[in-house]
Amino acid sequence: MIPHLLTYLLLLPLIGAAIVLLMRRNVSAVRWTGLVFSVATFALSIPLFFAYDPATASMQFVEKVEWIASLNVSYHVGLDGISLLLVLLTTFLTPIVLLSSWTSIKKNLAFYFALMLILETAMLGVFVALDTFLFYVFWELILIPMYFIIGIWGGKERIYATVKFFIYTMVGSLLMLIAIIWLGYYASTLPGGEFTTDIVRLFEIAPTIPLNIQMWMFAAFALSFLIKVPAFPLHTWLPDAHVEAPTGGSVILAGVLLKMGTYGLIRFNLQLFPQSSLEFASFLSVIGVIGIIYGALVSMVQKDVKKLVAYSSVSHMGFILLGLFGMTIQGMQGGLIQMVNHGLSTGALFLIVGMIYDRRHTRMIEEFGGLARQIPVFATFFMIITLSSIGLPGLNGFVGEFLILLGAFQSTVLDSIWYVVFAATGVVFAAVYMLWMFQRVVFGVSRRPENSSVTDLNFREIALLLPIVLFVFWIGIYPSTFLSKTEASMQRVVDKLELVRSEAKFSETAPTTPQ
Amino acid sequence: MYEYVGLIVLFPLIGLLINGLLGRKIKSEVLVGTIGSAAVGLSFIVAAAIFVDMLGAAADDRSHVVTLFTWLAAGSFKVSAAYQVDQLSILMTLVVTGVGFLIHVYSIGYMHGDRGFWRFFTYLNLFIFAMLNLVLADNYVLMFLGWEGVGLCSYLLIGFWYDKKFPGVSITWTGDAANKAFYVNRIGDFAFMIGMFLIFKEFGTLTYYEVMDQAEAVAVGDGTMFWITLLLFIGATGKSAQIPLFIWLPDAMAGPTPVSALIHAATMVTAGVYMVARNAALYALAPDTMMIVAIVGAVTAIMAASIGIAQNDIKKVLAYSTVSQLGFMFLALGVGAFTAAIFHLMTHAFFKACLFLGSGSVIHALHEEQDIRRMGGLKRIMPRTYWTFLISSFAIAGFPPLSGFFSKDEILWKAFADASPILWGIGAIAAFMTAFYMFRMVTLTFLGEARWESGKHPHESPASMTIPLIVLAFLAIFGGFVGVPAVLGGGNAIHQWLHPVYFQAEQIMRLPEHHNHALEYLLMGISVAIALGGFLLGRNMYLKDPEADRKLMKLGVLYRVLANKYYIDEAYDGAVVKPLVKSSETLLYRVFDVGIIDGIVNGLGRLATATSSMLRTVQTGIIQNYAAVLVLGIVLVLGLIILI
Amino acid sequence: MIPVHYYLIVSAIMFITGVVGVLTRRNAIIIFMCIELMLNSVNLTFVAFSAYLGNVSGQIFVFFVMAVAAAEAAVGLAIVIALFRNRQTVNINEINLLKW
Repeated sequence: MIPHLLTYLLLLPLIGAAIVLLMRRNVSAVRWTGLVFSVATFALSIPLFFAYDPATASMQFVEKVEWIASLNVSYHVGLDGISLLLVLLTTFLTPIVLLSSWTSIKKNLAFYFALMLILETAMLGVFVALDTFLFYVFWELILIPMYFIIGIWGGKERIYATVKFFIYTMVGSLLMLIAIIWLGYYASTLPGGEFTTDIVRLFEIAPTIPLNIQMWMFAAFALSFLIKVPAFPLHTWLPDAHVEAPTGGSVILAGVLLKMGTYGLIRFNLQLFPQSSLEFASFLSVIGVIGIIYGALVSMVQKDVKKLVAYSSVSHMGFILLGLFGMTIQGMQGGLIQMVNHGLSTGALFLIVGMIYDRRHTRMIEEFGGLARQIPVFATFFMIITLSSIGLPGLNGFVGEFLILLGAFQSTVLDSIWYVVFAATGVVFAAVYMLWMFQRVVFGVSRRPENSSVTDLNFREIALLLPIVLFVFWIGIYPSTFLSKTEASMQRVVDKLELVRSEAKFSETAPTTPQ
Repeated sequence: MYEYVGLIVLFPLIGLLINGLLGRKIKSEVLVGTIGSAAVGLSFIVAAAIFVDMLGAAADDRSHVVTLFTWLAAGSFKVSAAYQVDQLSILMTLVVTGVGFLIHVYSIGYMHGDRGFWRFFTYLNLFIFAMLNLVLADNYVLMFLGWEGVGLCSYLLIGFWYDKKFPGVSITWTGDAANKAFYVNRIGDFAFMIGMFLIFKEFGTLTYYEVMDQAEAVAVGDGTMFWITLLLFIGATGKSAQIPLFIWLPDAMAGPTPVSALIHAATMVTAGVYMVARNAALYALAPDTMMIVAIVGAVTAIMAASIGIAQNDIKKVLAYSTVSQLGFMFLALGVGAFTAAIFHLMTHAFFKACLFLGSGSVIHALHEEQDIRRMGGLKRIMPRTYWTFLISSFAIAGFPPLSGFFSKDEILWKAFADASPILWGIGAIAAFMTAFYMFRMVTLTFLGEARWESGKHPHESPASMTIPLIVLAFLAIFGGFVGVPAVLGGGNAIHQWLHPVYFQAEQIMRLPEHHNHALEYLLMGISVAIALGGFLLGRNMYLKDPEADRKLMKLGVLYRVLANKYYIDEAYDGAVVKPLVKSSETLLYRVFDVGIIDGIVNGLGRLATATSSMLRTVQTGIIQNYAAVLVLGIVLVLGLIILI
Repeated sequence: MIPVHYYLIVSAIMFITGVVGVLTRRNAIIIFMCIELMLNSVNLTFVAFSAYLGNVSGQIFVFFVMAVAAAEAAVGLAIVIALFRNRQTVNINEINLLKW
């Protein structure tokens, strides 16, 4: 196998960014170079999928190089089942994003492509980092390209939106930094220990932190991730960011960036602090359920299609939170596959909205109607993605939602069916807001004469939607391809949580030693 | 033979892929229609072959499971794409593919010239594909896939003419009616899903035979079983248009008539009946739910029939008739007459499809006229349509020896004998109303003087439309003979056939054998009298006087209530829909999200800015101020040093 | 002999006068004069202590102070003239470019 595969994966987009910047005078060269590099990164990630051994839960493709010796910080990367799918999602979506921005970005295309490629490296870094310091670097690195992407090529209120996004995310991250430092310090206070930021080492150490302090650590990490997810009530940056961002920015934001939040919850909160996770499980599940219903209801009354989809993201991510904190293998597998599904479906929705925006320069539902007659191919793709989003069985959304709800229902940690009963109403509401919007935009008759000059999808646009649709069906019909890879790693997380839970029960009920 | 069950499901899939991807390129309507119809036809042939094979096998060797691949799996949860071929599912398959095939053929003629011809056949095949998955699945999740799949197809087909207007309560376009169907179905699906989760929690599996096996150990009247069966039933009320979720069916008439025939008469709405029948063993464990099912069925039957009397749109009458007949099927299920319910499902498929297709024939002939007040005198002009329509009307009214008589009578008999005379009474009144409104409709549509608008030249429909009508009418006449009850000398073949499927349920319920033949004959006679009475009243009232509705309108408010469907749509709209949308908009979005949550976020920003504004006033730029602070500082420090 | 604290009090009063003048007067030249006053009050203190303690280093230091005061006055007045040429005023309150 190729050695140092992950490092090449991280470097390739960066090199691409540099080359693209060098070529910035020639727009056509910029486009093709950028596309080639992103497709090459995707091609490079495919061997990861096939070479990955699903039987073991430990990290694979590990690389470790010492970085800051005095702090015991190293460049430590590796992959397990959980990160595998997310890495593939990232490398899969980036070429599509670049392809979607082919003609819609008019000025400084080279800078845009370079930013996207740097963003890709940062996202991949987040998913493969096995050192908290390294993770933090990549986590913060995301913000810079996103800031520029929204701030330069965005809509009317872009400055407000991007500053809000930047500061909001950073506030959470700072608390996470404190927690990271404290964790390292704690490791140094242990007998024979030293300051460390190595996640694998912390997996063993962190669960021994006394509960009251551990809960603060949990909260510090969780705040940062929950802002990213975005969980109610920390979600208000999302609608603004999405509405103002250019199409490519929205797709990558919804497609991958939001997943970083839930990934962080699994990798750090659940695995480093299992006792706190159990304590917080009900609370976070409630947050998830509220997010589902709230997101759906607010989405229903939006007049801007992009804002509607943004709030629907809040709703979908609520499902994932519920799945994760139900802490059953079904729920967690469902949560993970739903992360991928959401990335694909919502990413595709933003692509579709972008396509219609490119033609009509408006996103208001009022302005449309009758598009099915005018641009049937577009309408067909839109329909398939809509159905995926509302969780129609046979498509990808159902697999995730069903496993999540089933898992949360059986959950002995949550121990109540009411989470699922309320969450499942989200299934009804999802149909309402999506189909109502679809009806007003695609069906009926056109409400504006400008609609009659709208052209149908061209080859490029079909080419970027088709792969997503392919996966929509693949995951819906035969999800085992993907679920089988993640099962072992997820099972390890669930087992650890179960173990911690039974230890806690045992210590509660253990009889006091007789004197 | 049963190993080939996969082919049954495969053919419609191939059909829909060909028509869906290439349909626009294929310029010949006949080719598109043939591909679509052949797909279903081939499925029917395979199903028939399997059926014949099963007939030859021993009675306890007729049930098999064919597994294709593992679909969903996580931890201990596993569900496969697997098909269960047994007496019940093969019967349903034959009905679905058989009637479906006839409707496909009919559609070639009906949808002639429509610019979405290929799309129509794609959706029809998709529907058959989903329905087959529903009836052949060996587990709840695959059935749910079919369940939602048919919901999707009804959405696509109701809104098929997506730029056509359609009036209704809060409905402007056909798409709004399609949305309504989907939402209401989804509410039912929500209940279905919770029921499924409960099953998994209770039994650890979602595969039928594993659940039924474990159910043997459960006590009758168990609380969990009550909830499981009730939730599944609520799901069924959504799909099969019972109270309280029937509101979508009448508006679903916005779609083309073959759609109404297929989805709303012959197959989709019967999914709920099939599902309850499939879970008979579970329902037997929850007598409370059975009672609820029976009562809901009976009340729906009579309520829908009463609305049907006051409707003037030919399709709406048939729609309410469907809701009413479904009520009969649920009544049967609720009193434990599972076979009778399936029997009526089958006969209903025949005559209702025939009625809907016949109405389509009339609508086409009169150039999209659907109001029966503007019809009349079509008997001589469209004889084949008339006679098949008339035969099916006799069947639905329950005239012996047509199929409807045997099935409906068995339901009413079982309701009386195994449950309560009250339920029988409600059913009987509903049966009377059925006969009445059916013959009101027949009379106004086909008999008497022509009352249509000038300029229309109705003529009989082409063979592609009338041949299915004839076949269905034939089945409506003779289809009942598989269920001739013992009391009339028949072997009740269908009961024998389905017996093994319901064996477990019947063991639990232990319904007594009936030997009171006199009572049975009496009730049978009353049924015939009811049918005859309804026929005579309906026919004579309207034959001489097509405006006889005036007499009904003398009932004043009562008539208006019926004509407006008990104002239920308006009630739902005002009590549920509008408050939800309004409060989401004003309260949740404006007040809460934008005002409070975002207000806090922006407020923090403004707080930071305000604080900075206050703090920056220190920088006055005047040196003396800085010097003054300097002096002050020195004095303080010196003071501290001297004092401390 | 005149007790040393008489000199110190006079010195203090001069110093305070100088400080108050620096902090309150508007004219830059007047502020310079007040600064000179402060420096001279310090000189007085040095001389007083030198006489009281019999140590001549105090008086030596006065020479240093006077030299520094002269140099500072020269440079400072040069700055004030440059300032006047730019701003047409020596009113301290109007020279506030560093204001927020």
